[in-house]
Amino acid sequence: MNSCELFNKSTTTFFYNLKAKPIQAMLDFDFLSKREIPSVAAIIHPGKKGYHKTFFGNSEILIPIYGDIKEAANKHPQTSSLINFASFRSAYRSSKEALLTDSIKIITIAAEGMAERQSKELLALAKQNNKIIIGPSTVGGIVAGQFRVGNAGGENENILKAKLYRPGSVGLVSRSGGMMNEFFHIISRAADGIYEGIAVGGDQFPGSTLLEHMLRYEANPHIKIIVALGELGGDAEYEIIEAKRSGKLTKPIIMWVSGTCASIFPWEVQFGHAGAKAGSEKESAQAKNRALSEAGIIVPESFEKFEETIKEEFKKYAQYEDIMEEAPNIGERRKTNFTSTISDDRGEELTYNKVPISKIISEGQSLGEVIGLLWFKKKLPDYFTKFIDMCLVICADHGPAVSGAHNSIVAARAGKDVVSSLASGLLTIGPRFGGAIDEAMKHFREACDNGLSASGFIEEMKKKGILIPGIGHRVKSKKNPDKRVELLKDFSKNFTSTKYLDYALAVEEVTLQKAENLILNVDGCIGVMLLDAISSEFSKEEVDEIVEIGYGNALFALSRSVGLIGHILDQKRLKEGLYRHDVGDVMYG
Amino acid sequence: MARKKIREYDAKRLIAEKLGLDYNAVLVTPEADLENLPLWTHTIKLTVKPDQLFGKRKKHGLVLLNADLEQAKRFIKENTNKEVTLGKATDKLTHFLIEPYLEHEEEYYLSIVSGRDHDIINFSEEGGIEIEENWHKIKRIEVPTLKDIKDLDLNVSENIEQFIKSIFEIFREENFCYLELNPFTIKDGKVVILDTVAQVDSCSVKTEFPKPFGRKIYPEEKLIENIDSNSGASLKLTVLNPNGKIWNILGGGGASIIYLDMITNLGKGNEIANYGESSGNPSTEECYQYAKAILELMCKNNGKILFIVGGIANFTDVRDTFKGFSRALEEFTGQLKQNNVTIFIRRGGPHYLEGLELIRKTCANLGLKHYVHGPETSMPEIIKIAEESLS
Repeated sequence: MNSCELFNKSTTTFFYNLKAKPIQAMLDFDFLSKREIPSVAAIIHPGKKGYHKTFFGNSEILIPIYGDIKEAANKHPQTSSLINFASFRSAYRSSKEALLTDSIKIITIAAEGMAERQSKELLALAKQNNKIIIGPSTVGGIVAGQFRVGNAGGENENILKAKLYRPGSVGLVSRSGGMMNEFFHIISRAADGIYEGIAVGGDQFPGSTLLEHMLRYEANPHIKIIVALGELGGDAEYEIIEAKRSGKLTKPIIMWVSGTCASIFPWEVQFGHAGAKAGSEKESAQAKNRALSEAGIIVPESFEKFEETIKEEFKKYAQYEDIMEEAPNIGERRKTNFTSTISDDRGEELTYNKVPISKIISEGQSLGEVIGLLWFKKKLPDYFTKFIDMCLVICADHGPAVSGAHNSIVAARAGKDVVSSLASGLLTIGPRFGGAIDEAMKHFREACDNGLSASGFIEEMKKKGILIPGIGHRVKSKKNPDKRVELLKDFSKNFTSTKYLDYALAVEEVTLQKAENLILNVDGCIGVMLLDAISSEFSKEEVDEIVEIGYGNALFALSRSVGLIGHILDQKRLKEGLYRHDVGDVMYG
Repeated sequence: MARKKIREYDAKRLIAEKLGLDYNAVLVTPEADLENLPLWTHTIKLTVKPDQLFGKRKKHGLVLLNADLEQAKRFIKENTNKEVTLGKATDKLTHFLIEPYLEHEEEYYLSIVSGRDHDIINFSEEGGIEIEENWHKIKRIEVPTLKDIKDLDLNVSENIEQFIKSIFEIFREENFCYLELNPFTIKDGKVVILDTVAQVDSCSVKTEFPKPFGRKIYPEEKLIENIDSNSGASLKLTVLNPNGKIWNILGGGGASIIYLDMITNLGKGNEIANYGESSGNPSTEECYQYAKAILELMCKNNGKILFIVGGIANFTDVRDTFKGFSRALEEFTGQLKQNNVTIFIRRGGPHYLEGLELIRKTCANLGLKHYVHGPETSMPEIIKIAEESLS
């Protein structure tokens, strides 16, 4: 991207604060401008994550939502812009964070009413880090046919009328956002439309000035003439005059400073923009217009003559080429009630996380690899998928006497079909049977991450009155080790990190001193090894989510289904009759 | 919200509090009991001056020096509610500041201005009322926004350097935008501030600001200020000349100024009754309250022309805002008709067609003269349409 361009057709941005309307407005603009990719790469909304469903053209797309700027920037290192829709209370903090994030170069701040000192600090930080701020208190801007900031340019109808979906050759800069939109229309009538338009915002010290944008327009070969609208108050116009005088601005500039009425009012009127108040004669609209004109800038006789002047000057300096390009039609939109992000059966071929099923088969992918695609939504490394496969095998069955298998057998013998009998067994999985993996993951992770010692962790769990999930077995003990755990532990040599497994083994060492059977059991071992695997492959936030959702027990349920079905089929083959428990085995109290 | 002046009394009190010093002073308001002044005013000589956000008081002969309590009271009584004209503004004197009178030799000057990249300190050992004549003797120090003043060497005598640095820190911490101490002096080794002008950033300092000298405050303005401070949108109202014939409900911070410019250009600036603007997508209810306040003032003061105009909004919903305006118009039908009011409307933006249709119907039903235009009519064109009615 040239330094004279802030945004182009491939620019993507973060949108801070989930606001459905301006996000949709941006995507509509993208579609009308025939952008190939949506301009909003991701939404950042504190305390939220997931996806935001919105339209790109007439089909829906999902935009990822992240809880903080850091995570978003890590995931989207190419995204160079952040549009901040936070309120004036929190806009300072989030803008500062964005300024200190390397990959984000341009920050637009919409909030009105930011404290002057905060604006100044952001501005100084931006200069230090070579970044650009648009605003605060701005609606943003548009590069016609390329990129739109938030609500700039209004509704789709307006985008079409003012021909903002394709580039013209006028560079526009204004303090006011409303007037910027008004000028989009004026320039579409008086010239061939804007190439770019920016509203710098009405505050005392806007993050970027009228002049800074004019200098970019000067350097941009697509821009033939510059239109600018100033306001009374401040000295931004005198900077422009200096640049014009020193030859830094050579393109024709048509500029008007509004606020000529102020001189007839009996006292200093504070107009709508915070910066719009003339503190001295020099800051008055009349003085500025006079000075601009003396410096060789084209100043219309009055605002009323502005459009006419643009028309005349445009004729002199640019050729009007009627760009016949039409905007595409958005068409009819239908909102969907369901969202799916893991597989697609609509095309010629079924895909799992965008991988065609034929590829999966031809590569001989294992169930572990398919779980990678459908559960974790990515291709997992070899050790990880092998670990999953191993878990699936190890947990597939544990004999007929465990409660899940028992229930499946009882249901099958009551004449229930295979699926009902399976459900009966699966529904038994819970905290006391097979369901300890998730809980083990939760507790071991928390303790290990908080830096608790093994004995400290045991002490704390005791205080809370919780038996440590993943520790202890009915039958197996130190002397009679669980072969499955041995196999898993042995496999851990293939892992990139065994932080959690090591921690769990340290805990086991302490618990074994209390009782022989307080070993790290198979649930616990799977849990901590799964933690080690996901912590190596996913971000902290993603690990939070995996643990919270409960992938561990899901793995157990899937695996054990194999064994449960086996028992059901076995019972059916054996033609076993209805089981009725012996009343002698029940104590009637 | 922007830079606003505060009283000398409030500025000095704040500075003294931050410096951990006593500030002996009384702000006398019209309600104050002059027989009940603090004890110290009985025992020492006093200085009395109005404290109403205007400067050059000495040059206007409004400062009483070296007075005893009786003289001070007499001065205040004589001047309270006295009309004074300063430049274009005429107003009554209502607030007076009583301070201890101080014989002094040196008069120093200090001002701090918040600039874009720096805070700028201006200091002179020759302050006082002749400061403008002595401006070339000013020492100017620029302190970059992120720089700590502690790290700077100001090259002035040590106790003055300490004082300037303390004031500078207060300036930043308390969100001042402009602070002028002219003069301050040193008496018995202590710094005494004699005269102060101060502006603060109203976005960070939440207080009730005194009105500018010469401006009358209307309850309707207060009401809108209140709505504005509780809203994410922006709603502003300033009555300029209640006897003016032209009243305005303006949309957009930028467009609102331009409309008044164009009316002024027609030579009708003296007929403009109010300034104001609403922007940032105010709700229907807020727009109703806003229009109601303006119509109330307009009807009371026999206004003849009503402009409901703005630019082409980016995201302010014209349908929702015009719903509010229509409701307010309906409430004032009788008076608007009686005053033979003509309404000129021009607005663009989201849902403008529905908005315009709604207000057109309202005006027609009420039998008010009206001209309703959308974005195809330019801003100057609607003023042109109104020109005949304006003359």
